[in-house]
Amino acid sequence: MSFTQWLLTFIGLALVLLGLILIAALMVYGERRILALLQDRLGPNRAGPFGLLQPIADFIKLITKEDFVPPFADRMVYTIAPVIVPLTVLLSFAVVPMSNDWWLADLNIALLFVLALSSLRVYGIILGGWASNSKYPLFGGLRAAAQMISYELPMVLALMGVVMLSGSFSLVEIVAAQELPFIILQPLGFIIFLVCGIAETNRLPFDLPEAENELVSGYNTEYGGIRFVFFYLGEYMGMLLIAALITVLFLGGWHGPWLPGVVWFAVKTLALIFLFFWLRTSLPRLRYDQLMDFGWKLMLPAALINLLITAVFGLFWMEN
Amino acid sequence: MTWTKQMNNRKPPMIIRLWHSLWVTLRHAWARRETVSYPEVKRPLPGRWRGRIVLTRDPDGEERCVACYLCSAVCPVDCIHLQAQQRDDGRRYPVTFRIDFSRCIFCGFCEEACPTLAIQLTPDFEMCEQHHSSLVYEKKQLLIDGQGKYPGYNFYHHAGVAVPGKTIGEADRDTPPVDHDTNLP
Repeated sequence: MSFTQWLLTFIGLALVLLGLILIAALMVYGERRILALLQDRLGPNRAGPFGLLQPIADFIKLITKEDFVPPFADRMVYTIAPVIVPLTVLLSFAVVPMSNDWWLADLNIALLFVLALSSLRVYGIILGGWASNSKYPLFGGLRAAAQMISYELPMVLALMGVVMLSGSFSLVEIVAAQELPFIILQPLGFIIFLVCGIAETNRLPFDLPEAENELVSGYNTEYGGIRFVFFYLGEYMGMLLIAALITVLFLGGWHGPWLPGVVWFAVKTLALIFLFFWLRTSLPRLRYDQLMDFGWKLMLPAALINLLITAVFGLFWMEN
Repeated sequence: MTWTKQMNNRKPPMIIRLWHSLWVTLRHAWARRETVSYPEVKRPLPGRWRGRIVLTRDPDGEERCVACYLCSAVCPVDCIHLQAQQRDDGRRYPVTFRIDFSRCIFCGFCEEACPTLAIQLTPDFEMCEQHHSSLVYEKKQLLIDGQGKYPGYNFYHHAGVAVPGKTIGEADRDTPPVDHDTNLP
């Protein structure tokens, strides 16, 4: 590639990076306002019009805090762990198609790439909990590990139905195959992926790794300042990624009448994000054994049955 | 045990329960807000709100405080400091009266202890300062010109002490002292 092409690529990357971080920051604001809306409160409305500058105020507050490493922590791992979380999420966004010609990379194994990175993401949480060398973060990290194993399995199995229907691992081709959104052909797969996606991003009602009532703040208890920002950004960008993935895999991505593709993609993703916020206000956190029961005894068999049904239907009908 | 089993049997399916809790929170999107935008909108405070402390005057415009030190004695955080002085006509008054509001817990004990209803708590809590020293109120900041919560009340018209123009037992709602000697058998 020539120098100009490299330059344009880097500018594009920087724009996507900044855009995603900005969206994640606005999601924090949006979440606080929506939680307030559903809980008879007003929410942050002081900084700027309607409090829209609140994320900037929060960010300035957090970066001006002392850069603190607890004396008992494993210094190197403690520093690296919070970087892993947003890094993996940002990498995953490279393969998400936002419109019929808007994507950064069209890998033929995009789905596997995303799943691999979402498994790597949990390393940030486990290592953060481990390196803090403190009781509650350790519990949070261990819970994150157990939760990831329990929910990654049904999640991947639910996705196999989509892969069977579209015949490709590439997200671009999966979207292209969805003239009829896969939510209609794969309702069970959609529900399983939605639930597991919420569990993967550690959102309520599956936020066991950072259960405030039991574990202070879970894996990020010992973190503050800019390192905490990394974890926080990672969590919200992870939520955005799961919403985008559900849109791409089950809701037809950029397909939709009248409006341009990007708008449809944004509308569907935002609706899913609203659903995440709404679930947070409405549902209590699961108990730990309930979480495991739910994952292994309900989600996994359901995902297997869904896979079986899809395979049998595909064998008899889609061949013809 | 049987009771829990029965309760479990009566529960609706999980999806209905989930939808119910989602619906409950969604309905609250249209409910009246419980919070207010505080500095612009202020909730009315009840008249007996325990806020900023003032020293009041009686209907004649004299200070009600007789510097008895009861408020200072009862104060659990020892934030009231005063110094008594006697006027030429025998009436006592505080020369200095100082309340450290950075220590005050607004418990209202001083108001309850005050025999002359001089010290009173008012419905005002907006008294932030940048420094602790600014929260130490002197007598001229505490003393107000009005009568506070008890208009028309004058301690000397109710109590059994002799003042110029009134002997013991002559005032409103006042009874003459009992002569113990006549009551003896």
